[in-house]
Amino acid sequence: MIPAAFEYKVADSAEAAISMLGEYGEDAKLLAGGHSLIPMMKFRLATPTVLIDVGRISDLSYIRANDGHLAIGAMTKHCELETSADVAAHAPLLGHVAALVGDPSVRHRGTLGGTLAHSDPASDLPAAVLALGGTIVAQGSGGTREIAAADFFTGYFESLLGADEIITEVRIPTATGGWNYQKFNRRAQDWAIVGVGVAEGGKGISLVNMGSTPIRATAAEAAVANGASAADAAALAAEGTSPPQDNNADAQYRTHLAKVLTERALNAAGVA
Amino acid sequence: MTVNGQAQAHDVEPRTLLVHHIRENVGLTGTNIGCDTSSCGACTVHVDGQSVKSCTMLAVQAQGAAITTIEGLADSARADGLSVGAEDWHPMQEAFQQCHALQCGYCTPGMVMAATSFLKENASPTEHEVREGLEGNLCRCTGYHNIVKAVLSAAGES
Repeated sequence: MIPAAFEYKVADSAEAAISMLGEYGEDAKLLAGGHSLIPMMKFRLATPTVLIDVGRISDLSYIRANDGHLAIGAMTKHCELETSADVAAHAPLLGHVAALVGDPSVRHRGTLGGTLAHSDPASDLPAAVLALGGTIVAQGSGGTREIAAADFFTGYFESLLGADEIITEVRIPTATGGWNYQKFNRRAQDWAIVGVGVAEGGKGISLVNMGSTPIRATAAEAAVANGASAADAAALAAEGTSPPQDNNADAQYRTHLAKVLTERALNAAGVA
Repeated sequence: MTVNGQAQAHDVEPRTLLVHHIRENVGLTGTNIGCDTSSCGACTVHVDGQSVKSCTMLAVQAQGAAITTIEGLADSARADGLSVGAEDWHPMQEAFQQCHALQCGYCTPGMVMAATSFLKENASPTEHEVREGLEGNLCRCTGYHNIVKAVLSAAGES
């Protein structure tokens, strides 16, 4: 399968990418690692007329342990999150989840900024960033803004990212409290049928593939905060969700999975 | 880019996938196309030393990169100071032969490329880690046991 024809441009800085986005308008797409976009282009589900390659912007590839948070450049690859001592020390959930995405060859190319911009509710890393209370830094022609992960995802493959904006950095508050990630799937390298991320002993609980965006299980989070048991909190995990139905699972089964996996994740994160 | 150490310069359409470029423009057909959807790993090559599914990368993205395919693996072994033996094989290729780690052979180039990249990142893996490390490569003959055996054997030697 071969994508529809497009024009290929290389951006050597975030500023160059933003100016190209302004020039080429809505038909342009940013290309990072390409492991979500290229398959969609091969299926002709996406047919951008201009691809702006931001994957070579080395200035956007870094992991810095700052006071109170990790600053991660948007072009940081999953394999780098997976093996980073800083990530392991300051946000171990993120490194663990990075190692569960796809397979090693995919993780050599996929980027954190790319997966967030793609905003697939079935992806692992957006849910991890959400559970960790991360912030997404977006730069556009109007300047730079910080968007809380909790506000960032707006719909199926949709986010608050503007037409001329690029994600430059992801900030993760230091989170060394109890954490766990449960990914339920039937085949190696598949997306989660349902996934649950728990950060900071249940302060953050996020759900994968339980709606049109990665979502926080706010009712379960509130129950944990009020001292509920893992089982009682997990019973509320699917509250307010509208899970999708597909070949792998119907909505009822996903609801069941969300509760079971939340209880497992909370237990593993130290909530009795 | 370089392919197996040799400089290659071609004009390509931006939509040309790396795997098609390697097979059709560079003329090296050891890299197979299997599923064409980044699931099976038959098209695995090394880009700057790391395994990549070449059906999911544009040739233009590899501009300036060092590509290694199965045909260049023995040379890369020599560069890494590994023994290539009389057959001029990378130790992983030798291990695949010794352990009979192939049946039809279609997945083999991709398996070998993924396995060599994996061992660079984890030189002494457990059996479980080998299975996880190769999760992106499918053998439709289901010959996984001997493939895992071969990777463990190659790890012991290197």
